[in-house]
Amino acid sequence: MEYTLSDHGDGVAVLSVAGRLNMVTAMRFREVVAAAVADGSTRVAVDLSSVTFLDSSGLGALISGLKTARQSGGDLRLVAPTEQVQLVLKLTNMDRVLAEYADIDAAFPRG
Amino acid sequence: MAIIDSVRAVRSGVLERSGRLLMLRILVVLTIAAGLNYILWRWTFSLNFDAWWIAIPLVAAETYSLIDVSLFGLTMWRARTRPQSPEAPAGLTVDVFITTYNEDIELVRGTAIAARDITYPHLTWILDDGARDEMRAVADEIGVGYITRGESWRNRPRHAKAGNLNNALMATGGEFMLILDADQVPSKHILDRTLGHFNDEQVALVQTPQEFWNVPAHDPLGSHAPLFYGPLQQGKDGWNAAFFCGSNALLRREALMMLGVTRYVTELEHSVSVALRGADRVIRKARRSADAAHPATQQALAGVASAVAEARTAIAGRAPIGTVTYNLQRRVDIASRSVVSYDLDELARDLDAIRELQGDDDGDWGAFSDIDAAVQSLASRDLTPLGALESIQALIRSIDVDRDDEAQPLMPLATISVTEDMATSMRLHGLGWKSIYHHETLVWGLAPEDLGTSLTQRLRWAQGTMQVLIRENPLVQKGLSIAQRLMYFSTMWTYLTGYAAIIYFAAPVIFLVFGVLPVTTMAEDFFYHFIPFLVINQMLFLFSSRGMSTWRGQQYSLALFPIWIAATTTAAANVFFGRPLGFVVTSKTKNETGSQWRLVRYQLIVGVVLIIASIIGITRLITGDGEPVGTIVNLAWVVYDIVILSVIIPAVRYRGFAGKEGN
Repeated sequence: MEYTLSDHGDGVAVLSVAGRLNMVTAMRFREVVAAAVADGSTRVAVDLSSVTFLDSSGLGALISGLKTARQSGGDLRLVAPTEQVQLVLKLTNMDRVLAEYADIDAAFPRG
Repeated sequence: MAIIDSVRAVRSGVLERSGRLLMLRILVVLTIAAGLNYILWRWTFSLNFDAWWIAIPLVAAETYSLIDVSLFGLTMWRARTRPQSPEAPAGLTVDVFITTYNEDIELVRGTAIAARDITYPHLTWILDDGARDEMRAVADEIGVGYITRGESWRNRPRHAKAGNLNNALMATGGEFMLILDADQVPSKHILDRTLGHFNDEQVALVQTPQEFWNVPAHDPLGSHAPLFYGPLQQGKDGWNAAFFCGSNALLRREALMMLGVTRYVTELEHSVSVALRGADRVIRKARRSADAAHPATQQALAGVASAVAEARTAIAGRAPIGTVTYNLQRRVDIASRSVVSYDLDELARDLDAIRELQGDDDGDWGAFSDIDAAVQSLASRDLTPLGALESIQALIRSIDVDRDDEAQPLMPLATISVTEDMATSMRLHGLGWKSIYHHETLVWGLAPEDLGTSLTQRLRWAQGTMQVLIRENPLVQKGLSIAQRLMYFSTMWTYLTGYAAIIYFAAPVIFLVFGVLPVTTMAEDFFYHFIPFLVINQMLFLFSSRGMSTWRGQQYSLALFPIWIAATTTAAANVFFGRPLGFVVTSKTKNETGSQWRLVRYQLIVGVVLIIASIIGITRLITGDGEPVGTIVNLAWVVYDIVILSVIIPAVRYRGFAGKEGN
């Protein structure tokens, strides 16, 4: 898993993840989200467009991140999931919980 | 030629196995047929309605037992002896977890060293729920990992061992995990022997038998479970329903995490919809309370009500719960803030008034230097006038996705029961995963060495099983096959045996003392129907257990009737009325204090009553009041009951393990 974290302004951080979000990388992902939220970016957009593989541990990490962000009054939103990721979200019913947004501005509209 | 020999050996093994299975199935069919023949006759021709108060309970108990035997037969129907597992592929990642709470540090050290020395590459972790510094030092010293609960568990339910494991799941990343209790010393080959089962990607669980090194050959406490860790698990395995027993088992992380995620979604949908449904009532009540008298608070509550209504509409329209709850929380925040700003306006007016009163005097403004801080804290949600309305706060908190009531949003190991294992494997099976029972002893643990501890442990298992039965009745679980449902139900059914036992003790007493017979029949008729069933049934037991002694187990299942009854009643009270289970963590150290006899007082009372009843019965026979055949049958029955109960005498007198006898 490669990731970049960028400040989008207005308390919004963009976390772009590339590669595999799975049991090997889940812990790292949770730490990155927790650090971003602790730094004041309580609204986290997770860009999933370059994620090649997502397993249940990866989903677990998304849920943990969601909890961390929500408890600081923010939110965690999914941006541009690939087809494989969408399939996993659907199979586990996670699409009942998390909306999928086309881009960052749709996830966290400015203004 | 070695290949041909081994092929021949495998073939003859298969033949022997299929011949055995055929014989088993014949016995199962005969047992059920003979059982039906008996019980139908009992219901239709033999009931003594003049003594219905004992006739009906007795025939009900017998029906219970026949269902029990039939479920046993179904279990044995596909009993399978698995061939050796395929070789473990190289390169898998494995975490070995050793769960501990308060066990002796040196005991855990021994287990951890053995776990560390398992040959297949892995990471070993001590999961110390006691968070003991000495334990951490030992982990560092012997070079294994150490995990305790984090800050997030403070003031939240800890869920005992399931919570301990769930916490560790989040702190590790291996594909597979081996779970060991603090006293369970693994063979260094355990992973080599078992990991190959996971070559089948649908396999979530491999359970190995539980063995003890501190149990003498005569096994006074009935610690060994040769029937369960043998024919029963092999039988369940045949139906893809081998149970998870909490330890000496391997699990696939992906399966557990998938379980955690799907449960999270299901429980979230449930809790949010329940909260939204009940919200109007909570808000109406809050608006009538004295705390909400202020017009601004009333207005804020109206805002909350309309936010809730909007959320309900959105959920009904299948909008994602995360989005709906986020919007709801925002709107509630805005409603709260409007009340705060109203209060701040008032505060500002008050301040001005005070300043005017002070006039031009050089007042001591220090007294008011806290006002800024007060304003700050007023703006935080909990201190607003809405915050004073606890019911509203609880309502709003429950309509969220962060599971604020739990330490972590995902709880892959089930927390609905004190025995997390059975519920977890049932849910895994419900998701379509497979389980495997690996019949080879690879772990040696410590059995309780005194009756009190042993009884506590059995009580806990029984309570846990009944909790699962009541909370998640396997008979109605979607995703399970009919056979899987019956396999889980069968284990629960056996724990109802306590009630049947009481009737089996009472019936002969009632006849011997009062001459009341629950059956209206000629003796020959009874024998004619009953004896075939009795004989074939015992043959089935003997054949299923391959001649192993299961007598100790049969004795315990009836003799421990007070435990089973206590377990069912406390579990029901716990689930329906939230009463505590009154359950003690099983201590694996010897308990020398306290009178052991007190633990078996009910059995002693029953024994004395049976003996007195026999004396009365014999007296009645001599005086000519007693009917001879009935008296003899019932005396034989009493002897059987007493032999069953006698198992508790050596158990009470047992003073702990003193080395293997005859070794």
